Amino acid sequence: MDVLLIKEGFPLLSFLIFFPLAGAMVLLVNPKETFAKIWTLVVTTLTAVFSIPLLIGFDSTTAKYQFAELYAWIPQLSINYVVGVDGISILLVILTTFIMPFCVLASWNYISTRVIPFMFCLLIMETAMVGVFVALDFVLFYILWEFMLIPMYLLIAVWGGPRKVYASIKFFLYTLAGSVLLLVAIIALYLKTGSFFIPDMMWNNYSTLFQALVFLAFFLAFAIKVPMFPFHTWLPAAHVEAPTAGSVILASILLKMGTYGMLRFCLPITPEATFLFAPYILWLSIAGILYGGFTALAQHDMKKLIAYSSVGHMGFVTLGIFVLNTKGVEGAIMQMINHGVTTGALFLCVGMIYERTHSRELKLASGVGRFMPWYVTFLVFFSLSSFAFPGTNSFIGEFLVLAGTFEFNIVLALAAIPGAVLAAAYMLRMLQKIVWGGTDNPDQSYLTDLCPREIIILAPFLAFVFWIGLGPQPFIDLIHPSVANLLDQLQQWQQQSVALVNL
Amino acid sequence: MDAVSTTNIVENSCLLLAVIIPLFGSLVVMTLKNNPNLREAISCSASVLLFIVVLSFIPALKAGSTLVFPIFKILPGLSVTLRADGFSMIFALVASSLWVIAVFYSMGYMRAHDEPYQTRFNACFALAIFGAIGVALSDNLFTLYLFYEIVSVCTYPLVAHHQDKESYDGARKYIVYLTTTAKFFLLPALILIYVLVGNLDFPHNIFTGIIPADTKGWIVVLLYVFCIFGFAKNGVMPFHHWLPGAMVAPTPVSALLHAVAVVKVGVFCTTRTMLYVFGVDTMNMLNLGIPTAYFVGFTIIVASVIALSKDNLKARLAYSTVSQLSYIILGVALLTPHAIDGGLIHIVNHAFSKITLFFCAGAIFIASHKKYISEMSGLGRTMPFTFGAFAVASLSMIGAPPVAGFVTKWYLLVGSMEAHQVGILLILIASTVLNVGYFAPVTYKAFFGKRPAGEPETGIKEAPLSMLIPILIAVTVSVVIGIFPGFMMQFVKMVTG
Repeated sequence: MDVLLIKEGFPLLSFLIFFPLAGAMVLLVNPKETFAKIWTLVVTTLTAVFSIPLLIGFDSTTAKYQFAELYAWIPQLSINYVVGVDGISILLVILTTFIMPFCVLASWNYISTRVIPFMFCLLIMETAMVGVFVALDFVLFYILWEFMLIPMYLLIAVWGGPRKVYASIKFFLYTLAGSVLLLVAIIALYLKTGSFFIPDMMWNNYSTLFQALVFLAFFLAFAIKVPMFPFHTWLPAAHVEAPTAGSVILASILLKMGTYGMLRFCLPITPEATFLFAPYILWLSIAGILYGGFTALAQHDMKKLIAYSSVGHMGFVTLGIFVLNTKGVEGAIMQMINHGVTTGALFLCVGMIYERTHSRELKLASGVGRFMPWYVTFLVFFSLSSFAFPGTNSFIGEFLVLAGTFEFNIVLALAAIPGAVLAAAYMLRMLQKIVWGGTDNPDQSYLTDLCPREIIILAPFLAFVFWIGLGPQPFIDLIHPSVANLLDQLQQWQQQSVALVNL
Repeated sequence: MDAVSTTNIVENSCLLLAVIIPLFGSLVVMTLKNNPNLREAISCSASVLLFIVVLSFIPALKAGSTLVFPIFKILPGLSVTLRADGFSMIFALVASSLWVIAVFYSMGYMRAHDEPYQTRFNACFALAIFGAIGVALSDNLFTLYLFYEIVSVCTYPLVAHHQDKESYDGARKYIVYLTTTAKFFLLPALILIYVLVGNLDFPHNIFTGIIPADTKGWIVVLLYVFCIFGFAKNGVMPFHHWLPGAMVAPTPVSALLHAVAVVKVGVFCTTRTMLYVFGVDTMNMLNLGIPTAYFVGFTIIVASVIALSKDNLKARLAYSTVSQLSYIILGVALLTPHAIDGGLIHIVNHAFSKITLFFCAGAIFIASHKKYISEMSGLGRTMPFTFGAFAVASLSMIGAPPVAGFVTKWYLLVGSMEAHQVGILLILIASTVLNVGYFAPVTYKAFFGKRPAGEPETGIKEAPLSMLIPILIAVTVSVVIGIFPGFMMQFVKMVTG
């Protein structure tokens, strides 16, 4: 397994995983609340800073796993502690470490009860999330994947809105149901290969039936997480009830784990089944894009609106993955990052309104533009980004995904276009209501515009909206070798199996 | 004809200046809410500066060069790049010169009418010009699309300016029509062309286009139809409804944006795409031109008939715009050199004449608070300058010499004969008659009609000087470019060779 790994001297990835956990341990001594907030901010900021060497040291000419670490863990069962990043995961790790400090800042006043446990949850959440993206051992991956559920459940169930019990249980049950099947698939693969090292399981000649079963188990687990239509119903409930930081983590990072899982596991481990099921998944993605769009158009709750828009946007991601060409997959990964930036920022924006009006109703927020000019300036740009305005980040993702889809099949691509139209419709509707409202706006004159803390939260997101929108090439260069390698292998594998059939 | 080898491409950073001036001007205007005089001074100086920058491109173009300036490289074959060639100059000169006139006019109008939200108005006005100049100077389809969308979004606040139910309805219709068509038709066309070609860069001649010769015919036709409908700002039926709806905006907005910037962005994009993406050769090969000409011919006639039935002056002008815009597309669609000349020069001629008409409508409203033609009987005798300008500009719309519109009509008639299209000839003649039908009564009644019974003799005066001067300048230009069409025609000739 060493040939696939590039090791470095300093265990940077382990540091990124365990530093937030160590930070969380400090909170166990029960310090003052203000200290807990500052401490969490410092820890998450340091984690973000320490993830920068990852970008600098990343070799974008190879598809190997870099910054790899390998320690024996339970040798009897050949379970190891293996971590590493490649082009598929690097940006997701960076996204995770960079989102977290803003989640802390966004909770500064929002969370007023049980502050210390909240910060504790955020920190162990970060450990689990970074771990999931870098784990290369299936047991390690699964443990972190499951572990993540608990702090997320608590974030919704303890600090959530009025229907938090319903939402958190629904979230937990849905995700757990998927995970059980994931575990079954992992064990089945272990029995076939005798290893838990993920790359060992890829590109093996499993039988068609075995591949199909493993694929379906994987797919269900990941489709729930994404969430793909029709497994999405937990998402609006969870988003609506979660506190701002919870919504941001959920939208920006947790959803990406589903699509990350598809790229990391479904495609290379079960290639034959991928080809077998791809046409159905593509049309399911289209259904999700359209369904998410139409449903978002009908919402009166801002968080629900953005939650349903996520269903549509993630539909573009799965569409890009399963057209199985370079543009599509690169677009899908870019779209994952862009959705993380833009939707995260939109949830932060909704949170800022909620802190002022204590409502997420679109109607009660109408016409705030007059009193909060800075706020709506940010909101305008994030909304434009959300419906893929040219020059913003989402345009790049959507453009590449659709270009990949056009290469694959014109009819399929044209079927996705109404989704782009709907995105413009529901975002502009929301924007119109919030910025202008109508002739019967509620009195908003008591509202205060953004404070410096809030501007500091939103400004970096805006910078990324334009950076990725106008100069995405450095980002694409990072992911390109791994994507090219994945698709090459997939193509070779397909030719090989065709050759076998011809024999 | 091989125009590629003769084109001398020069990188010039002044192009960047042309888009930065209105953008920066708008940002400065936003900060000057409490200082209206300084705010207006900034608007004026930005507009004058922009005009000078655009003029400064002329010597290089005359020397046979094309100016380009890349700003952002986004993906391989996808970039934000600016270009100044003959075609871009036609629109860039119109937009920048009329911005200068319109800034002065709107100062007079907005202050005389004591309109609220003037800071937002001025800022968005400049942003719209930023988009329009960007469209004019686009070097590829992506840049064109980017600025096209910027125009859509930045003009929304202008249409919704009054913030009452009527303006919200108009503005909603406006944004829904424009963004939906752009996303539904233009976006897939853009991406599909990128997939087929690998880039979206316009060539430097109107013949070759960029679509590969081995592309299936039905795909090219599909792309072509998508591009025509995608730029709904061109006012071609059936996606023209946003234009009359947007007339709820204050008159300076209607004047500059809905007679010049927005609608001309639409026809500019359409014709740019026809000539520089598809190219004359491809359009001839697939026989796309003549059907397009008849299709927009339908818009010309129907919109004129609707205009006849409108009593609201601005609504009549709006439908006249819908009809006149299709002249431009019709000319280009005929694909003969004279017809293309006629279509492109009409971008200029229509702009100056139509802005005069809208300015007059605004002046009439400010002076007399009258919106309906039936109420304007006899008004010409109290407002002789305004109605005089109106009369001259409407002659231009009709196409009578020596006003600008005659040049257009001449070229279009010659072009349609060259193309052996008697049907098109008949459409042009019928449209001229209809133009007379809806413009002549306005002037006639104003000067020779009886004052409505019960209206006092005095009370209404000629419009304020700050509005009258821009009107007179615009109408003078309309006449001058009718008598001396050579200055603008040189840029048209750079396109058609």
